[in-house]
Amino acid sequence: MSPGVSGLLLRGGRVVDPSQGLDGPADLLLRDGIVQRIGPGLEAGEARVMDVGGKVVVPGLTDMHVHLREPGQEWKETIATGTAAAAAGGFTGVACMPNTIPVNDERAVTEFIVAQARATGIVRVYPIGAVSKGLKGLELAEMGDLVAGGAVAVSDDGQPVVSARMMRLALEYSRIFGIPVIDHCEDPDLSDGGVVNEGEVSTRLGLKGWNRAAEDTMVARDICLAAETGGRVHIAHVSTEGAVALVRAARGQGIRVTCEVTPHHLALTDEACLGFDTATKMNPPLRTERDRMALIQGLADGTVDAIASDHAPHHADEKGVEFSRAPFGVIGLETALPIVLDRLVRKGIIGLPRLVELMSVNPAKILGLPGGTLKPGSPADVTILDLERPVTIDPGRFRSLSRNTPFAGWNLTGSAVATIVGGTVVHSIL
Amino acid sequence: MKQDGGVRIMDAEKISRALTRIAHEILEKNRTLDELALVGIRTRGVPIARRLAEAIRQIEGAEPPVGALDINLYRDDLSLTGRERPVLRRTEIPFAIEKKRIVLVDDVLFTGRTVRAALEGLGDLGRPRLIQLAVLVDRGHRELPIRADYVGKNVPTSLRESIEVRFGETDGEDAVFIRAAEPDPGETPVPGESR
Amino acid sequence: MKLHSRHLLGIETLKAEEITLILDTAESLAQISQREIKKVPTLRGRTVVNFFVEPSTRTRSSFEIAEKRLSADSLNFSPGSSSLVKGETLADTARNLEAMAPDFIVIRHSEPGAPHMLARICRSSIINAGDGAHEHPTQALLDAYTLRQRKGRLRGLRVAIVGDILHSRVVRSNIFLLNTMGAEVVLAGPPTLMPRGIESLGATVARSIDEAVEGVDAIMMLRVQQERMARGYFPSVREYFRLYGLTPARAALAKSDAIIMHPGPINRGVEIASEVADGPLSVILEQVTNGVAVRMAVLYLLAGEEEPQDPAVTPGLERAQA
Repeated sequence: MSPGVSGLLLRGGRVVDPSQGLDGPADLLLRDGIVQRIGPGLEAGEARVMDVGGKVVVPGLTDMHVHLREPGQEWKETIATGTAAAAAGGFTGVACMPNTIPVNDERAVTEFIVAQARATGIVRVYPIGAVSKGLKGLELAEMGDLVAGGAVAVSDDGQPVVSARMMRLALEYSRIFGIPVIDHCEDPDLSDGGVVNEGEVSTRLGLKGWNRAAEDTMVARDICLAAETGGRVHIAHVSTEGAVALVRAARGQGIRVTCEVTPHHLALTDEACLGFDTATKMNPPLRTERDRMALIQGLADGTVDAIASDHAPHHADEKGVEFSRAPFGVIGLETALPIVLDRLVRKGIIGLPRLVELMSVNPAKILGLPGGTLKPGSPADVTILDLERPVTIDPGRFRSLSRNTPFAGWNLTGSAVATIVGGTVVHSIL
Repeated sequence: MKQDGGVRIMDAEKISRALTRIAHEILEKNRTLDELALVGIRTRGVPIARRLAEAIRQIEGAEPPVGALDINLYRDDLSLTGRERPVLRRTEIPFAIEKKRIVLVDDVLFTGRTVRAALEGLGDLGRPRLIQLAVLVDRGHRELPIRADYVGKNVPTSLRESIEVRFGETDGEDAVFIRAAEPDPGETPVPGESR
Repeated sequence: MKLHSRHLLGIETLKAEEITLILDTAESLAQISQREIKKVPTLRGRTVVNFFVEPSTRTRSSFEIAEKRLSADSLNFSPGSSSLVKGETLADTARNLEAMAPDFIVIRHSEPGAPHMLARICRSSIINAGDGAHEHPTQALLDAYTLRQRKGRLRGLRVAIVGDILHSRVVRSNIFLLNTMGAEVVLAGPPTLMPRGIESLGATVARSIDEAVEGVDAIMMLRVQQERMARGYFPSVREYFRLYGLTPARAALAKSDAIIMHPGPINRGVEIASEVADGPLSVILEQVTNGVAVRMAVLYLLAGEEEPQDPAVTPGLERAQA
């Protein structure tokens, strides 16, 4: 960990920075916490040199959907361990959801998270405040206070904003602050306690199905409301063909909607649930191959704006129960890049510039964060990737406190090899 | 005469003569056909029991009823066979056991365990007056205090040898073979083979 | 000949020859229930725990009788009175049970996948006596036994199953079994109770009960629970019976020697008319008798020495990784 003063020179890498139209060999000089220079054959001067020959250098990645569980559920994860996991996964920043205990629905909690992150976190932490008090969906939380405390968006995630009227009010009110309202789209009346995607797999397993209509109807609702109110809605973790199509059409009409997709929805289908492994249970559930293909298509054609992990840690005891009774959620900070690099980039479905858009540029843009670029003067947040590095997913070696991943034992190629935040190397296996 | 590495020790004629002799002995020992019944232990005890009944009919003009007993549910070696199971067959005893003089019939008497199981199985069906045992071959190596009342042929064997009995009804010919290099004692027996 | 797994978690993974072995064995064991001494010593010294988390008197009694007829020791463990209610997890309860070294655990649970969980944790042989809406293998086996007894075969038969298909584990197990054995299944029921993609398991869905039962060799009626009406799956019992109940007229649409089956307990006047349930072609009570023989066969065939854990769980994730 080198101090910002004398600086850090990343030499010999391939820099991919779509904000500058860059994709080629270049050196990067970081000093005083910002990007100082970028170009070929830079002089190191007093700076420490990091040889990144053969590696890819990109603006630091931000995971805009993460559950850090602190305050209140520190047996699953803490800000310290969660950010360590983020750093190991190549992320320089995470946005954390408000379903903590207590809920992040007031400034004191937001400020706690910010302070705790400063004290124990090793990557940037951006709190997302609650839409409604207690996530109950009845009364708006004090959005202004949350923003003042550091919140970059609001959401009731874990829950949907069930009341259409409440969603409308939240979208209108959010215009004061220019922040997005992030919605977990699930009409609970239709999902009706479902635990896997409703389809052949749920029928085969005898498990209650979570019908896609529950997601699609709410996506449609939110798009209508965004259009009506002029607010910005961001659809969390889209999982269905229908949702992607709705967002595509809305974009075509100029409506301000953005959306994200998780790596597990890009890599798995509901067939992974055969066998009742609770590590395949999350919300929204894994869907069919058709849906998966539609998500990938949406990634490639620009409909989907971001990849976010929805990192949801749970203790082994909590997941070690009957499938229907297990909590929803899988971790993802330390598997996101290997999955995305192996299954999308190496397969040629998206190129590196698009990857940077999905995981760095757009998350920053949507949440109004600095970053997503390596223009001189921008924060020295850098992720270094090795596209050839073989990785075997070994949960036993995760920095996260939790182990609930469906990818245990997977052999993939590609991962982050170093993560730099504000010029400080917070993770490196170089 | 060797066949598949075995030595034929009884041919069809010898078997027939042995069974005729046993039929006489049964009649002599029991003195009457009243209440006499034969119960063959599945599988190969059954054709022998039938032939004995026929032989008795040749002598006496009448034959005793014949039943078939499947002893697999009474074996004492269930856990030694993993989950490999002998095929369960039906026990068909078309007469009441009470008060009968039963002659149990089997092809080979070896350790005695099959007969022990048969005694238990028969006991669950009723209470006979007495039970006698007729076997075609006695190869020795008893592990229980069991003896045959009627023996076709005594064949001293080593544990490394095996006795194979064939019948026209099931195997196409009547013959008894002795073969060397049997699996070591203590190894799992082939389900169905008498021990 | 033997069964491949030391557990019976479902029909889905059983091969045809294993099913035949179970049915043939049941036939031989059925004799025992007709003798005066209804017992053989075969499983003497073995212990069976009947772990019925979801209560059921009939299935449990059937297993109990089967166990006792094989001279096994059986222990009933129904958590209504036990620690599961106090908050102990299923896994911990299973470990506690296993510490008593039972040879078998017969488990009925309201959650799909519970027996699979036990199979991963316990060294005992696990028998699934019904896991939620997933599978009920011994029921399908006794249904097949009954069919085979009455019809002499399974291959080529056409069987109609009518009722609440969505929530029925009996229908799933039966579809798997009948398909494996070369029989055809046709289903009927209210669309609100017909699960998505059920055809992919190996059945056709008819548009009405009349269409389903026409010319079939057997009609299996499923129980319809009052709770389903309360949740709005159909508006009233009266309407259900009118649209989907097995009346004598509908039963007559099947082959003249078609048998009437039901896993029990029957709801007279809801899914089946009394005349049909009590009629000459009804085998409902035979099914119960056959249940004991089939369960005896399963216990007999699963008993054996301990082996290294066999993979009792479908590797859904391993397939995904490929």
